[in-house]
Amino acid sequence: MAVSLAHFLTVSAILLVLGVFGIFLNRKNVIVILMSVELILLAVNLNLVAFSAALGDLTGQVFTMFILTVAAAEAAIGLAIVVIYFRNRGTIEVEDISTLKG
Amino acid sequence: MIATFAFYVFAAILIASAVMVVTSRNPVHSVLFLILAFFNAAALFLIAGAEFLAMILVIVYVGAVAVLFLFVVMMLDIDFAQLREGFQRYAPIGAIIGGILLLELFMVLATWRFAPEAAALRMNPNPPGVTNAEALGRILYTDNIFLFQGAGLILLVAMIGAIVLTLRDRPGTRRQDIAAQVSRAGSVSVRSVPQGAGLKEIGILRPPSPEEEKPKQVEHHHGGGHH
Repeated sequence: MAVSLAHFLTVSAILLVLGVFGIFLNRKNVIVILMSVELILLAVNLNLVAFSAALGDLTGQVFTMFILTVAAAEAAIGLAIVVIYFRNRGTIEVEDISTLKG
Repeated sequence: MIATFAFYVFAAILIASAVMVVTSRNPVHSVLFLILAFFNAAALFLIAGAEFLAMILVIVYVGAVAVLFLFVVMMLDIDFAQLREGFQRYAPIGAIIGGILLLELFMVLATWRFAPEAAALRMNPNPPGVTNAEALGRILYTDNIFLFQGAGLILLVAMIGAIVLTLRDRPGTRRQDIAAQVSRAGSVSVRSVPQGAGLKEIGILRPPSPEEEKPKQVEHHHGGGHH
């Protein structure tokens, strides 16, 4: 039995759900929430690569590369915001970050 | 056969480390498990045939993003025990929503199929006899050049944003003020020096040379006991 598309899709579905679960579980810790977002993006990338391999189409892999770019930029900006927030407030609790009431 | 076995091993480690990322008590352990998850995801990419992306994943995610996380987690002095107060409270609702999401995803997975004309609609079919990196490069630098440049622009904006956000102007540090330096008047002058004239005759003050300096008298305390 070879590795089929369904195998990859199952793994990536579980990974995505774990990422969403992590956001709920670590409601207070912004850093772990950012890590969960990285897990979700990894699941998306795995999905795109699996479809790209199943169809023999390279477009999915190009998309994956752009998602990697955006994820790296997002991590850098997010962590910079966490650092300056911690410098100003001395904590990184998400529930304190409601000053804007957005 | 060996590929299937490898797939199951890597997928199991990937999911187990993802579980550890979200449930670990110590965020440093979370980051380390995240690195393990990225490595295993790169292995899954290799099994799917995306060799270039697997290497990019290791370089960019493990080498840059995860290490950035590690730096931030270790740099901030956070009371992590306090951050886990709502852990039990939010676990049930997270489990419910995650279970519903997983169920829906599996329902989609069980019923979907490729459209019959999907193979004919491919934009960039995998060219035979070409390595993955070369095939990607052929379409990345030609058809997707604007997206590629846009990705570079995003990285530039992110870099500038991160620097601007975290740059701190500390009071009390002395910096070079080039404008004040250039516009300085009075204390800086240009004068023509006659040839052969020593600096002392012109009146330029210099720090005394070492041989001119009077050597300090070393006093010998013969009675002292600290020799």
